[in-house]
Amino acid sequence: MVKLKNKIENLPKKLTIKQVVDENQKTKTFFFNEDIDIKPGQFIMLWLPSIDEKPFALSYKKPAAVTVELKGKFTKELFKLKQGDNLFYRGPFGNGFTASEKKTLVVAGGMGLAGVSLLVESLKDPRVIFGAKQKSDLFFTERFEMDICTDDGSIGYKGFATNKLKQLLKHEEYDIIYTCGPETMMKTVFELAEKYKIECEASLERFMRCGIGVCGSCACGNKLVCRDGPVFSSDNLREMNDFGIYAKLKNGKKTSLQEYYKWRS
Amino acid sequence: MLDLSTGIAGVKLRNPTILSSGILGTSHELIKRVFENNAGAVTIKSIGPVPRDGNNNPSVIDFGHGLLNAVGLPCPGYKNMDIEFNELSKIKEPVIWSIYGSKIEDFVNITKYIIKYKPKIIEINISCPNKEKGMLFSQDKKSAAKVTRSVKQVAEKIIVIPKLSPNVANIAEIAYACEKAGADAINAINTVQGMVININAKKPVLYYKKGGMSGPAIKPIAVKCVYDIYENVKIPIIGTGGITNGRDAIEMIQAGASAVGIGSAVYYHGINVFKKIVREIEEWMKENKYTSIKELIGIAHG
Repeated sequence: MVKLKNKIENLPKKLTIKQVVDENQKTKTFFFNEDIDIKPGQFIMLWLPSIDEKPFALSYKKPAAVTVELKGKFTKELFKLKQGDNLFYRGPFGNGFTASEKKTLVVAGGMGLAGVSLLVESLKDPRVIFGAKQKSDLFFTERFEMDICTDDGSIGYKGFATNKLKQLLKHEEYDIIYTCGPETMMKTVFELAEKYKIECEASLERFMRCGIGVCGSCACGNKLVCRDGPVFSSDNLREMNDFGIYAKLKNGKKTSLQEYYKWRS
Repeated sequence: MLDLSTGIAGVKLRNPTILSSGILGTSHELIKRVFENNAGAVTIKSIGPVPRDGNNNPSVIDFGHGLLNAVGLPCPGYKNMDIEFNELSKIKEPVIWSIYGSKIEDFVNITKYIIKYKPKIIEINISCPNKEKGMLFSQDKKSAAKVTRSVKQVAEKIIVIPKLSPNVANIAEIAYACEKAGADAINAINTVQGMVININAKKPVLYYKKGGMSGPAIKPIAVKCVYDIYENVKIPIIGTGGITNGRDAIEMIQAGASAVGIGSAVYYHGINVFKKIVREIEEWMKENKYTSIKELIGIAHG
């Protein structure tokens, strides 16, 4: 809730790049010159003037950093930035993950690992499954202890993270599963969590504009990913008919997730 | 017993709060959620003639006294929205169908197309500042009247409400011209043009550079516009601009509004802002011994 009295604006604030680290061939971590007080699962809107503004999870908070894969126009411009260059941010926005003291499991797919990095650090002995297409897509392998899965088997378990999860749940018990990654993966994670009656929290992604719960661009069912989410609990996920099926394009047209990902890539 | 019900040209509203166009109205699921939170009516996000992506980000920002936006009317295009329209037509509560276009023909074609979904109310958005030609029809009384007349001709019994821009010399004269052209009600105001520059970036913050201001900063402008319009027309007015609480709503109603548009307040208080505002209106009425909201319409005049 934003209070009107004594309120301050939420205009973009300046960040300076302190260091750029190559994580793999197409992924970099941009460390900034300051800390950002953020809850795991919340996001910031990063602004490159005259280009665009996009939502990102922080992969570190002291100092703040984002870990980004080179993908579209925005990331292409972001990748041109060097130490000492400026960019801007608004936020943090969104709800964040619920902290747990119990036995936790984190399932991350691809860049979703950047979205759960602060969460993994905040949990006590979480089990982490990290799925990627191939060995060259991996990052943070030194930072976290993880069960690595690759689609092509170039390292670790050969197959999807969800297959690994299926095996694991047969003989291990968890109190909560957190997940972030491609939505089809998260949908399967959620279904498995339901089957084993484990609480689940998934961090969703939709095309986002305002970030503050007014424009409706990121609607998923009757929820706003930017403000009701981006993290949704099992109770929400059960009722979100669009979860794992539909997403909106920039012009607002509701389309299949496949179409949506085709447009985003 | 308090009576908060009001009416817009014969359509009954359980209370005077209306979700404004461009806020949350992107899907029937969200619209239903707004009704569950006690909105009296809901305006959908404006429907346009062709698929349109809108502007890049930043497109909505909080500048401290309100919001500045240049979302730029993204829309799948009315011919690609049948599934959504069908769902909207099933909603029992009053849904206001907002439409926009670059030429009169666009407004007419969209109206003709959506008639089969039996909308009760059509709002003609002739006042969006964030699109080339977006404000074309609200800039002078002749254009405003022409588009209103053209839409009303095909809409027939459907209620037609032009939404007017405050970025004009004399909004009351434009409202009067719309009334004469067949408008059933007037919605005032759309956003006020503005700009915010980030002095470190040395650039306007909005990608579109300029935008439309809403929220608390524009409330006195909106109240003045509604007051002026009330003195010039007989048709009901939806007063929109900067309403975030019950007192604001009462103020707008006293200026002459039969109902009030709520937009940026969703940012400040969340989707349940409608419940909050209705509760605050009730409290004020109790304290001041009013039983019907209708008694308050325009009482600040004279």
